[in-house]
Amino acid sequence: MAYSDKVIDHYENPRNVGTLDKNDDTVGTGLVGAPACGDVMRLQIKVSDDGVIEDAKFKTFGCGSAIASSSLATEWIKGKTLEQAAEIKNETIAKELNLPPVKIHCSVLAEDAIKSAIDDFRKKQAVKREAKA
Amino acid sequence: MALKLPIYLDYHATTPVDRRVLDEMLPYFTEDFGNAASRTHAFGWKADAAVNVARERVASMINAEKPEEIIFTSGATESDNLALKGIAEFYGDKGKHIITSRIEHKAILDSGKRLEKQGFEVTYLDVDKYGMVDPERVRAAIRPDTILCSIMLANNEVGTVQPIREIGAVCRANGVLFHTDAVQGIGRCEFDVQSMNVDLASITAHKMYGPKGVGALYVRRSKPRVRLVSQMDGGGHERGYRSGTLNVPGIVGFGKAAELVTTEWRAEAARVTTLRDRLHQKITSELDEVFVNGPWPAVDASGVVRRLPNNLNISFAYVEGESILMSLKNVSVSSGSACTSASLEPSYVLRALGVEEELAHTSIRFGLGRFTTEEEVDYAAKLTVDSIQRLRSMSPLYEMAKEGIDLKSIAWTAH
Repeated sequence: MAYSDKVIDHYENPRNVGTLDKNDDTVGTGLVGAPACGDVMRLQIKVSDDGVIEDAKFKTFGCGSAIASSSLATEWIKGKTLEQAAEIKNETIAKELNLPPVKIHCSVLAEDAIKSAIDDFRKKQAVKREAKA
Repeated sequence: MALKLPIYLDYHATTPVDRRVLDEMLPYFTEDFGNAASRTHAFGWKADAAVNVARERVASMINAEKPEEIIFTSGATESDNLALKGIAEFYGDKGKHIITSRIEHKAILDSGKRLEKQGFEVTYLDVDKYGMVDPERVRAAIRPDTILCSIMLANNEVGTVQPIREIGAVCRANGVLFHTDAVQGIGRCEFDVQSMNVDLASITAHKMYGPKGVGALYVRRSKPRVRLVSQMDGGGHERGYRSGTLNVPGIVGFGKAAELVTTEWRAEAARVTTLRDRLHQKITSELDEVFVNGPWPAVDASGVVRRLPNNLNISFAYVEGESILMSLKNVSVSSGSACTSASLEPSYVLRALGVEEELAHTSIRFGLGRFTTEEEVDYAAKLTVDSIQRLRSMSPLYEMAKEGIDLKSIAWTAH
């Protein structure tokens, strides 16, 4: 399979690989996919008080396209508000990376990972508010 | 000598033509280009003579009784199709049951499926966790209407060498014809159609340092005399079993390759075994959680070789196979067989061995061969170790496993 230059670049020089403290209540963690399906993405966001994603990290088990999709996702969501980040669509990721049809699911997974991280962050915030109330 | 990149470690997919083979082929493209079926002039006679030499060499390689037992084809896929469909068509009135295994090449499995549509019944035997077919299971599967059993000599993905001698004995004792797809085993392990009671065998030149596009089907002529119905109609070449003008240069190359196998295979197998074991040692001494798929150790307690000398199939837990391939860009290997690597499904062979899907996705097949050097093995081992370490540093699963999280306890979102 021939990969696009952008996929190769993200694969060889992945942006934002790493781990944020999942117990920190300003961190949201999204873990999507399944080992049996051949890809798992973990995407984490650290959100400031005014709702801006100030840091993002990922780790991915999957093919080059899956690694590139998650790397690109972290790059794009940094500096965005939660609302803006939630608007990122898999089609945009797939287009940016020139993913072939058999690899579209990698971009779907990246979109799911962003949404799942945002959900996790919001749940934590709700729990915090309830605890205060 | 400087290392030449990329390094080829995919000898199960194909092999380069040996220079000695090519040299013998060349005159048959230009000067001695005759049609082996032309009976009226010297061009034809010369081509025919060359084909006969090749036929003898191939027959001698597998210890066939007579050269006439070799039918030249376009390769092993055609040979497999001819064996299964040709036997089914000839013996279909006698019985409609065929036995094979779940880890055969697609040419066997899909021929079986086609025959099932035509009213035949096919039993696909399970294999054990090393990919081994138990001869006792063959015996138990035989019915009064069983006409044929087809079990490969050695597996193309995990290198399992089947107990062909024992299976042959079971088939012979029960009056069932025995076919083997010998493609991966020829030149790499012991193969003898007499002592192993093999009635039909598929061979291809390009896996034994001959050219692509030429192969053979061995068909036993006596005790028992095997009959089959040709699957290609035309000029009646190959005693009517396979019409079509003979690929003379290809057949000449196949013959030379067979001669080299006959004289050199033992020494080559010993050399390649040493290299394969070196690769295994270098990888496993540097990495944790790597699992060899297929028989390991390669030689069992009684000294029987259970794995092809050139094969190493390893699962690298927590890193996905395709990303490993991408990382090993100067080393040509494969995940699963080349015939199925266009699909994203994990290998059916690994699944049949009971390898869990999680691990099946992480497997890489190394295939060594005649021209593999120690330097190449060392380079490949180092690149593999570095790649796996890098990919694991990016793997959420490796991190979780190291934290002691049981990955099976997680409710994954299958997609």
